[in-house]
Amino acid sequence: MTAPARAAPRLRRPLAGGGRQVFEYKALVYRRVWRGSVFSTFLSPVLFLAAMGVGLGSFVDHGSAIASLGGVSYAAFLAPGLLAAQGMQTAASESTWAIMGGFVWDRTFHGMYATPVTVAGIIAGHLAWVTARLTLVATAFFVVMLAFGFVVSPFGVLGIGASVLTGLAFAAPITAFAAGQKNDQAFNVIFRFFITPLFLFSGTFFPIEQLPLIIRPIAWLTPTWHGVALARGLSLGSLDPIGALVHLAVLAAYIVAGTAWALIAFRRALSK
Amino acid sequence: MTTPLPNAVPADSSDVGRDATSGTAATERAGTPAAEHASEGPESLIRARGLTKRFGAFTAVDAIDFDVAPGESFGFLGPNGAGKTSTMRMIGCVSPITAGELSVLGLNPASDGARIKAHIGVVPQQDTLDMELTVRENLIIYGRYFDLSRREAGRKADELLEFVQLSDRARDQVEPLSGGMKRRLTIARSLVNEPDLLLLDEPTTGLDPQARHLLWDRLYRLKQRGVTLVLTTHYMDEAEQLCDRLVIMDKARIVAEGSPHELIERYSSREVLELRFPVGILETLHAELDGLADRIERLPDRVLLYTDDGEAAAAAAHSRGLRPETVLVRRSSLEDVFLRLTGRTLIE
Repeated sequence: MTAPARAAPRLRRPLAGGGRQVFEYKALVYRRVWRGSVFSTFLSPVLFLAAMGVGLGSFVDHGSAIASLGGVSYAAFLAPGLLAAQGMQTAASESTWAIMGGFVWDRTFHGMYATPVTVAGIIAGHLAWVTARLTLVATAFFVVMLAFGFVVSPFGVLGIGASVLTGLAFAAPITAFAAGQKNDQAFNVIFRFFITPLFLFSGTFFPIEQLPLIIRPIAWLTPTWHGVALARGLSLGSLDPIGALVHLAVLAAYIVAGTAWALIAFRRALSK
Repeated sequence: MTTPLPNAVPADSSDVGRDATSGTAATERAGTPAAEHASEGPESLIRARGLTKRFGAFTAVDAIDFDVAPGESFGFLGPNGAGKTSTMRMIGCVSPITAGELSVLGLNPASDGARIKAHIGVVPQQDTLDMELTVRENLIIYGRYFDLSRREAGRKADELLEFVQLSDRARDQVEPLSGGMKRRLTIARSLVNEPDLLLLDEPTTGLDPQARHLLWDRLYRLKQRGVTLVLTTHYMDEAEQLCDRLVIMDKARIVAEGSPHELIERYSSREVLELRFPVGILETLHAELDGLADRIERLPDRVLLYTDDGEAAAAAAHSRGLRPETVLVRRSSLEDVFLRLTGRTLIE
């Protein structure tokens, strides 16, 4: 057999299944469309924090409310929650149409899979790209928070990490789900019935203690609540270590399980 | 252990004779026969034994055997749904085999998929070009998937755009390109890693004649450089133009194998006499046709007489008093073989 001779040529296979190259591809595409994302990345946090934190906050900030928020202004309570919840929204919009389109519209994932790029490489490259986007968005948001003076503790900067992890906890399973879709009908359902309710009811705008007792356990199961609690605890300096570990463990579990599901879903979609 | 890559081997001398039959073929030739491979004995680039692909209860490929030699142009012919694409996807290491054996470049697709893919080029049936990138960016990013450096990928992109005559569109978006241009770009992209083996799944389906001839010309040049081509098609002229050897697939199995010439010899006659009669006449003819040819096939509007001497058969028909509307003597083609083996019934 001449196999070894053939395997020692000028051509190498990319490391890590080509994850870096897939990331490069994403960046190349983004270079063409980045203008469209400037508003959602930089302007919308400013507007949100101004309207909700400053505007709404001035109505809310009085004795009893400040007490139930743990002794801080509404804006300081809200800002880290939005920081984390925004990660969820960014991740969801990066992992729906872009994934389904890669299988169904342009079929670019099929093109990649015909090369030495592996299924794991495609997913790694995608999630690395989402991580980069999340980091950018969260950093921009945090800078705005800082400028408004909404950050209480120096640990608040770690809220960027909490936002990225919250985003990834959604990106991984949504990526897997999107890989199995033939069209984009289900995505509106995801946004309407999962992302928006989670944004509103996972402790972002008010403590979940305000929710009926029967609904609260649902919030505990969502990555959003854990991400919001983590970012808020860091920003207000009120986080206890055990709670932090629980939040991290839950987010990590979603990321790991979602990635495992994505591996299966991609393999199925590519090797039909 | 030091076998040269097929790319380095000059075109095999056995395909010299094909120039006469392929009108579009380029005439530049390497000229020197490849002796290196002969001394190593026969070695298959692709080897399949009992190769099977099932999707649930449906069998797409049913225990087929074939070998593809280095430098050869090998074709899979067959009607839609015969199992050609499934076979190609197994060779391309994207679709796992269900049963049997398959080796590609001497390696096992199940365990060495990425290694094999580093050395093959794939032109899929449906384009997988990226519509958000320019023509040149499509090539560069594809080169990166093979771990070419950005500089190498850029150089390769320019060279390939030249080869497929798309240099003047390098900075354009892909979306507005014509079907033929997209196809050429797909072929250019499949060559970015200088593959030893090129898999082409219906490379010219849906293209106009000019685009098809240009593509054939480019593929023929690759063949001359020693690239092994494996293609599927349901165009008989394409198979005759490009394939040294082919198999005809029907209902998941291989029903015939050989060179186009051998297949015609084996399954058809040298010539075909086509007699077209006015409506209603053909049904009244019975004994008048007997014995005029080795094989007679009646179609709704005409009768085909398979014979080695079409002129003689036409004269014989005339002397029996037959007065067809039109008389056509032609050489037997692969299409005759194909229709004989896979039937005339429409398969959908």
